[in-house]
Amino acid sequence: MPVSMIPLAITAYTASSAMGRGLAAQLHALGQSSTGLRPNDFSSAPLECWIGRVDGVEDTTLPAALATWECRNNRLAWLGLNQDGFLAHVRNARERYGASRIALLLGTSTASIGATEEAYRRLDADGGFADDMLRPAIHEPHSLSAFVSAALQLEGPCLTVSTACSSSAKVFANAERMIRLGLIDAAVVGGVDSLCDSVLFGFNSLELVSAEPCRPFDAARNGISIGEAAGFALLERIDAAPDAPRLLGYGEASDAYHMSTPHPEGIGAELALRDALQRAGLDASQVDYINLHGTASVKNDEVEMALVNRAFPAITRASSTKGFTGHTLGAAGIIEATIALQAIEHGFIPGNFGGSTPDPSCGAPFAWRNEQQRVDVALSNSFGFGGNNVCLAFAGAGFSA
Amino acid sequence: MTALHCWVEGIGLWSPQLGDFEALRAVVAGAAPPAPPSRPAATVLPANERRRAPESVLLAVEVAGQAVAMSGYPASTLASVFASAQGDQAITDYMCAILTQTPTELSPTRFHNSVHNAAAGYWTIATECRAPSTAVCARHYSFGAALLEAVSQMMAEQRPILLVCSDTKGSGPLLEVTGCKQPFGCALVLAPQASNASLSRLTLTLAPARPATPLPAPLDEWRDSNPSAQSLSLLALLARGHGRCQLDAAATLGLQIDMENVA
Repeated sequence: MPVSMIPLAITAYTASSAMGRGLAAQLHALGQSSTGLRPNDFSSAPLECWIGRVDGVEDTTLPAALATWECRNNRLAWLGLNQDGFLAHVRNARERYGASRIALLLGTSTASIGATEEAYRRLDADGGFADDMLRPAIHEPHSLSAFVSAALQLEGPCLTVSTACSSSAKVFANAERMIRLGLIDAAVVGGVDSLCDSVLFGFNSLELVSAEPCRPFDAARNGISIGEAAGFALLERIDAAPDAPRLLGYGEASDAYHMSTPHPEGIGAELALRDALQRAGLDASQVDYINLHGTASVKNDEVEMALVNRAFPAITRASSTKGFTGHTLGAAGIIEATIALQAIEHGFIPGNFGGSTPDPSCGAPFAWRNEQQRVDVALSNSFGFGGNNVCLAFAGAGFSA
Repeated sequence: MTALHCWVEGIGLWSPQLGDFEALRAVVAGAAPPAPPSRPAATVLPANERRRAPESVLLAVEVAGQAVAMSGYPASTLASVFASAQGDQAITDYMCAILTQTPTELSPTRFHNSVHNAAAGYWTIATECRAPSTAVCARHYSFGAALLEAVSQMMAEQRPILLVCSDTKGSGPLLEVTGCKQPFGCALVLAPQASNASLSRLTLTLAPARPATPLPAPLDEWRDSNPSAQSLSLLALLARGHGRCQLDAAATLGLQIDMENVA
């Protein structure tokens, strides 16, 4: 039985993806139904697919003091940290609580493996890394968190969660536990994943990549589009910010089924959902909007639509936004959490993008077009390889279940 | 400073020199235990999975299986934290090498085994465990950071938890930057209350980072040969039965651990 939790305030958040840099660009793209996907112009060898590439990563430079962390993933992280006044919010929290009382908990699936790929592309004559690539810290999966920790000058607990595509959803749970125990007063959570050959050719090898823009929940969906993104949020106790939106609950569960295929009955996904609702003290009928995992893989969407159909009433609204961003893998949890938070803040349900011929098995909750309506409670689903499932529950300020 | 308390109920260990925790106790007592077989047995995995699983998974599952067997808990009931500083270095080396030559020939099995939570996935599948499971890293602070995460989850949720920390040997050009000279894995089953299975009680306190507790030879050399072997500071304490050690949990954050034997 999960322990019910005291909600936490989300005092700042930001997102950068193929939809654009920062929350205003994200809301605009969602409102205009304008996808960020483009034909693949990234991989080092040709691969017919569409990608969610963030504009401007190449032109982003790290501050001189952080130059040793230079690589695409950390540049994308820096680009993301510089949106929506996020750096100032963290600085303010650091001044209030002290650097050692703020945890940094980030999710990523591949961190800066793109830099390791580059090192292998240009090994020196002896078969070793070129001098400029001999930076051990960027070839480790903790590269992102270690860089962001240095950039934000935080000295509390610092952990990378890497559970594939649920990574940056799980960090909300890590933060809540540490705050509840009094180990910390605040936490910076989030995640970053950047385009690299490993994921493009890796998902391609599993025949999970579509040659066309991904079509979540479409009858003819045929695979994912891969994207990159950076997103962050600052969590504090609600007495520090009674007017901020809230994390109400979270659920985590394992499928115990298969490394790269979801459980056919969605057992782990449903356990995570029930865990989140129970922890938040919510009934499914109180959920106004669900941002679905909705990758556009045949299996994921089949399992997830069945879960929505059996667990929620017709009045609940549900959609996948991966048609806008592509599947941003380890960053998907935080990006979709910020979309759920914007749905609450703006009373806006983003329509499921890319599903022009809805799968007939999708029930009434599916929102195929943008809708304006009050959103008190929003969920976000994130499921990863290894059968790793997370569901997050958010609400507006002052909401009590 | 908040103190965290937990009871150790199971310990697993595997390296080329140490086949289990008993072997470490023998080394600490001045004996020379026989080396284990060259490959972790990982008998928790069904035979077909054991053949398919990469070495990183065999290592993690081996130590997890030892610790859970010692604790007596059904594996299916335990939440788990799997830590590894580097993930599967042989697969990273393979992938980075093939991507430079024939990227469309990348092996799908090796790709899905490359995820950092591969061991957590194989473990939960083999033990039919639907409890929460995570995979984490924090450079050479991975054991300390993962211990802090595991104890936090155990205390916050009031349920026992499995902690695994393991790294394989580096290979290919990657070895030059990871510096992993040999494999090392360890696992602990931690519980929020004492039980008949309790071996010792740990008190963890967050503290500023300090130099690692000195270890006698050959433990000091083993500790330097693999990031997961930072755990030897605590494992040696558990083998001795009493005392205090300090682990790093982040670049500027340490964990002071006081141990008392209860078994």
